[in-house]
Amino acid sequence: MNLDIRTEELDGETVLFVGGEIDAYTAAQLRESLLPLTENEGAVIVVDLTGVDYIDSTGLGIFIGALKSANSNGSSLRLTGLNERVKRLFSITGLDEVMDIEEEEEAQ
Amino acid sequence: MDKNVLDHIEMKLPARAEYVGVARLTVSGIASRAGYSYDDIEDLKVAVAEACTNVVDHAYEEDGFIRMIFDIYRDKIEIVIADRGQSFDQEDMKKGLGPVDAAKPIEDMREGGLGLFLIDSLMDEVEINGEKGVAIVMTKFLQGDGREQNVNGIPETNAQKQQ
Repeated sequence: MNLDIRTEELDGETVLFVGGEIDAYTAAQLRESLLPLTENEGAVIVVDLTGVDYIDSTGLGIFIGALKSANSNGSSLRLTGLNERVKRLFSITGLDEVMDIEEEEEAQ
Repeated sequence: MDKNVLDHIEMKLPARAEYVGVARLTVSGIASRAGYSYDDIEDLKVAVAEACTNVVDHAYEEDGFIRMIFDIYRDKIEIVIADRGQSFDQEDMKKGLGPVDAAKPIEDMREGGLGLFLIDSLMDEVEINGEKGVAIVMTKFLQGDGREQNVNGIPETNAQKQQ
């Protein structure tokens, strides 16, 4: 059960579309796709989680790592398309306070 | 065995990351069988996955097993996730358990350590036992109306079991 990941350049933003379940097994795959993007100075990265129906702390950890990397490399990171379950874990852990998370209405 | 236990299920899985998903599917099937709501099943899946991930990451230097025990009661499910690997300092494990602190600089944020906090938030009762290994014992009560009470809030872990 791998993640389904693809990137697209849209209006100067790099959009990473992720689908599947982000857990201890698949998190490494997300890290490998996401981290290098955050290392480009000035890059605007949007992670579209519309296709993600499960995430746990290993996945949340990847986003913390990516946010740190974005901050130290001068890029920006935004999440979009979170379903209720996924959003709930971001809010329980307090990550929604530190990450840029787009509300559902604004998501494409 | 406690005669109040309606059903008792035991399982042993290889302590490898690719089996955490199997543990998740297992608890999902058992909890659905026991009458849990969609939201509660999702909580149980995350809690079990976090406990299994701990075993995979910390318990063994070489191959080992994740032991899972599910006891279904009339009003609750009790789940034990155990290993026989090295146990670690429980006090140490609980130290720094908590949500992300938005006031702290991002560089200081830890990428790990949210797992136990999530288990604690999503389950009604959590106990950690450990001598030759670690066993996480967690309980979730069956909700009468099947609705989660703190969907968006900061967890009020024990508020759910009173109905």
